[in-house]
Amino acid sequence: MDLDIALILTQDGITTGAVYALLAIALVLVFAVTRVIFIPQGEYVAYGALTMAMLQQGKVPGTLWLLVAMGAFAALLDGIRVMRGGARSGLAASLGWTVAYPLALAALLYAMPATQSIIVQAALTLAILVPLGPLMYRLAYQPVAEGSVLVLLIVSVAIHVSMVGLGLLFFGAEGSRTPAFSDAQFSVGALAISGQQVWVVVASAALIVGLWLFFDRSLYGKALRATAINRNGARLMGFSPVFAGKLTFVLAAFIGVLSGILIAPLTTIYYDTGFLIGLKGFVAAIIGGLASYPIAAAGALLVGVLESFSSFWASAYKEVFVFTLIIPVLVWRSLTSHHIEEDE
Amino acid sequence: MRMTKLAAVLSTLALFSSQTALADITVGVSLSSTGPGASLGIPEKNVFAMLPTKIAGENVKYIVLDDATDPSAASKNARKLVSEDKVDVLVGSATTPASVAIAEVAFESKTPQVAISPVNVAPEKSAWVFRTPQNNTLMAGALVEHMKASGVKSLGFIGFSDVYGEDWLNAITPLLASAGIKLGAVERYARNDTSVSGQVLKLVSSRPDAILVVGSGSPAALPQTGLVERGFKGQIYQTHAAVNQAFLSVAGKAAEGVIMPVGPVVVAKQIADSHPSKKLGIDFVHKYEEKYGAGSFVSFAGHAYDAYLLIEAAVPVALKKAKAGTPEFRKALRDALESNKEVVATHGVYNMTPTDHFGLDQRGRVLIRVEGGAYKLLAK
Repeated sequence: MDLDIALILTQDGITTGAVYALLAIALVLVFAVTRVIFIPQGEYVAYGALTMAMLQQGKVPGTLWLLVAMGAFAALLDGIRVMRGGARSGLAASLGWTVAYPLALAALLYAMPATQSIIVQAALTLAILVPLGPLMYRLAYQPVAEGSVLVLLIVSVAIHVSMVGLGLLFFGAEGSRTPAFSDAQFSVGALAISGQQVWVVVASAALIVGLWLFFDRSLYGKALRATAINRNGARLMGFSPVFAGKLTFVLAAFIGVLSGILIAPLTTIYYDTGFLIGLKGFVAAIIGGLASYPIAAAGALLVGVLESFSSFWASAYKEVFVFTLIIPVLVWRSLTSHHIEEDE
Repeated sequence: MRMTKLAAVLSTLALFSSQTALADITVGVSLSSTGPGASLGIPEKNVFAMLPTKIAGENVKYIVLDDATDPSAASKNARKLVSEDKVDVLVGSATTPASVAIAEVAFESKTPQVAISPVNVAPEKSAWVFRTPQNNTLMAGALVEHMKASGVKSLGFIGFSDVYGEDWLNAITPLLASAGIKLGAVERYARNDTSVSGQVLKLVSSRPDAILVVGSGSPAALPQTGLVERGFKGQIYQTHAAVNQAFLSVAGKAAEGVIMPVGPVVVAKQIADSHPSKKLGIDFVHKYEEKYGAGSFVSFAGHAYDAYLLIEAAVPVALKKAKAGTPEFRKALRDALESNKEVVATHGVYNMTPTDHFGLDQRGRVLIRVEGGAYKLLAK
């Protein structure tokens, strides 16, 4: 193994690590605010990549109907709540999001001629998939939001399994790969850096900075942080935990779908790829103790580089290396941090 | 009280239904129509929806279950089919690990099994197991012949880290040794890996004359594109499991020039008119695509149809000895499957013997090359 190979492997590791970093950050965010261990995070990556691929083939993706169905179901729940004498306020706005928006989007997709512009395709993919996040929170997590971490975890597993099943239905068993955003190639010494890899790293970095600004500067970001630190305290200050949950899921879905769109040109994505990617993001999130964003991001890069080097040295044991990493990390964390009982 | 009543009604119903089924031939099918093997299992499942419902004047009932590519689910399915539905023959599964699980049940319950994957089981248990796909040694033989003829001296290997990859490695290693070709770097990857850069770098830096990629369908495209991107100029070989439309569309230009061994049905229109499978192959592909759309045919569907053809050929012989639904019939069906001679099918011609339960010979394989985004028969 010479320096060139080490450099190429590091480059490859950083590219995959950048995607894991985004997922790790989303996982930490969701856990901090809602105590949900968000296993379906990876599914958003797969849905993002495959929805994009379907749009490029000029087909209407099945995920659109998922959006319509979930919206209708949420509207039904709202309707029942009002009929039982709940407050009417906000019903119109909520119906707008749950019924009018998905239908308008469906009409737009059918009316619009197939487009070749990658930016438009990416925007449509985001428009279809990101609203699935808050709808999922509304339907699956909100009714059990006060439950224990274990209950929320079980709900996550259920959603993961159903999303993989639906993915097979929507996209079929075979994988897809989309064309790159740019065909640019840079060579630095022995390294051939593709434009797409630059896109992935730059977009990840930009998103991380954006999130940092959001949490540090904006009122909503601060409110989310407050909810993460003390749910009851934030509620007393007039910040609704339901709204916090929905906002978190919007961000998580956005991050997942964007990651999917970014890596779709670099690799083949299958309907069930998401789980493995999400799991590696989860390893990184664990390294950050499900609490620290910078350590989780650094951990993700470590996972990416470790994966790339182990695939060179002992490809048959690649996953073993990555997932074994979690054991020393857990030992180290349990020795250095003191345990905090969860307040039930 | 209500429960016991319900149980009584249900068991009576079950009794009646199993009695009515007794006269018919029941084919129990367990396929991987979801899970990692879905790209194989779905086309195979499609085939069972278009099969005739009568063989030799007897009604045939197909019970198709999904094993989610999970060996324990396959085993459960097989047990259910054998004990509740009293099937006469088990068909499946699409993937090797699941087929091994079914073979265990086939052996225990003395029910013949037609596997749709090239499964290897212990010799004492293989009496009840028949397979439709070409065994990997047959396919590997075709590739090694081509390597020898084109002067390949060293070969790199990258394959699935599962039974399929392992079987291929075991099949091709002795053939390479006797042909005097050196097997260099041996690398593994998984079906839904997002990157194979490490493996590809190692392969390319060991500078073999040719590289064999062992994967199935679209996952086989990842090493293919990786090798081409890293500037590998030698010949790339793929295996028969990779042959489908998804492989071509995902690999795109990188697939040009790749050589693969396949069953004749994949290029049915291009093979010689004298090939026994030609007419049958064309007809079947036509019927399949009529039902499921143009370009939807994949070779796995052919394997599933061949399973039916083997059973169709064996049933009349077995019916002479016993009535369907009895243990005697299952034994007779097994014997009839084993004595199947010159059964023309989509993937070649089957000649089963007590020692060979694969049954395909040289007529069951051809080499193809990808040219201009399509599969072209390679002239001998």
